[in-house]
Amino acid sequence: MRKYLKIVLPIIILFAWEVIAIALNNPFILPRIEAVAAVLIEPTRNILGSGSLLEGAGLSLYRVLLGFLTASVTAIPLGILMGRYRVVQDLADSVIQLLRPIPPLAWLPLALAWFKIGLTSIVFIIFIGTFFPIVLNTVAGVKGVNQTWLETATVYGANERQILTKVILPAAAPTIWTGLRVSLGIAWQCVVAAEMLPGTTSGLGYMIMAAYNLGQMQVIIAGMIVIGIISLALDTLFRVVERRMFVWQGRYQ
Amino acid sequence: MELKVEHINKSFVTNKGEQVDAIGDVSFTIQDKEFICIVGPSGCGKTTLLRIIAGLDVPSGGKAELGGKEIVGPSPKMAMIFQEYSLYPWRTILDNIAFGLEVQGVETDARYATARKYLKLIGLCEFETSYPYELSGGMRQRVAVARALAVDPEVLLMDEPFGALDAQTRNAMQTELLQIWEKTRKTVLFVTHSVDEAVFLADRIFVLSNRPSKIRETIDVPLPRPRDRTSVEFAQVRKHVLSLIQNTEESSQ
Repeated sequence: MRKYLKIVLPIIILFAWEVIAIALNNPFILPRIEAVAAVLIEPTRNILGSGSLLEGAGLSLYRVLLGFLTASVTAIPLGILMGRYRVVQDLADSVIQLLRPIPPLAWLPLALAWFKIGLTSIVFIIFIGTFFPIVLNTVAGVKGVNQTWLETATVYGANERQILTKVILPAAAPTIWTGLRVSLGIAWQCVVAAEMLPGTTSGLGYMIMAAYNLGQMQVIIAGMIVIGIISLALDTLFRVVERRMFVWQGRYQ
Repeated sequence: MELKVEHINKSFVTNKGEQVDAIGDVSFTIQDKEFICIVGPSGCGKTTLLRIIAGLDVPSGGKAELGGKEIVGPSPKMAMIFQEYSLYPWRTILDNIAFGLEVQGVETDARYATARKYLKLIGLCEFETSYPYELSGGMRQRVAVARALAVDPEVLLMDEPFGALDAQTRNAMQTELLQIWEKTRKTVLFVTHSVDEAVFLADRIFVLSNRPSKIRETIDVPLPRPRDRTSVEFAQVRKHVLSLIQNTEESSQ
């Protein structure tokens, strides 16, 4: 029964969409479902000379992963150091608290000035957007490590490196993973927004803006759907890994 | 190996800035292979005393010696068993038992062989590849005991290890601990707030006074093992210990 309930609302929305689209009869405001579906079922077709939907998605995904990975490999070590060593925390915290509330897109003019138009500036925006959530979650994870686990390791004579790798990292992993999952969502928002702004000629965000300029509403909606699907797929992937790797979490503290 | 505590005292400052003298002046000597229980009113510094001996805390004055050498930090000759939640939930039972050996650099085959030996001793062979959350509270504490024994320490320090278990499991664990102790013959220093537990387990019981605590009396328990909790002699010893603790609690009010 619950399974069926879940698809009730989507069906109503699709139905309402189609009815309104037919009633309006204006594809520049709301295209019909068939028009959007036509774009979606041919993802390799070149659209408006700005590449195919698949190419655009691939390029956006590539940018997301690049920025996300760069942020991960820098933010996780920093977060561990901040969570473990008071000195590092005191040193870095004020700067992080100051920079963190600035919206990633506010960095775009600086990014363009520093890295010129292209891959680097978009990756930089994604980096800025994902870096802070990863740092903060890592710090919280490290600080939340059960004191008894640390003392147990100390009693058995573990050195600092062993405490970090054998206790702190595995114990904080679920919280760090949550930070990564949240960040990946932010990375998607960043990439699409950055691609919509001046300075890009490719990617899903660019395709959507180009379609707007040419009045191709069905392409805009198709692009948005693709963004949603990829985002959902990545999040599901993270959840699956989370369920498999961190079964112990919450059941035993 | 002889464990000697000489005039240890411990004060600390609370968050409010008040100085608390937890341990006043405690001295004792424990012979090799003795089973000692420490009891006392709550807040008398039993656990602190154990932590000082384990090398986790530093005394404000006095010193603890093991085999004639002053204790300045955790030593492989001693292993501590905490009240609960000391197992690593991301490790299998076997990997938990092998943890101490792993940290000490024992190679894989050798440490698993030793870990399996102690897994057999605690009768949990079929749980080798299980995780802590799949075990009951009593089983987990048996694993913690096995992990401590696996590093072959001279002294076992136990901080209310059965305090979180229900009464029935607790009695069973006490019997089992004595069986393990007969087989391995370690020196045991066991902190508990249960007089019954102390009388059932110990060769000698140290009764601590209110803080700043000192040893109020040392009681020899001459009863043969296995002890009968319902016997007259058992009741007499228990009554004596209880009267000592009740006196101290009343004198502080």
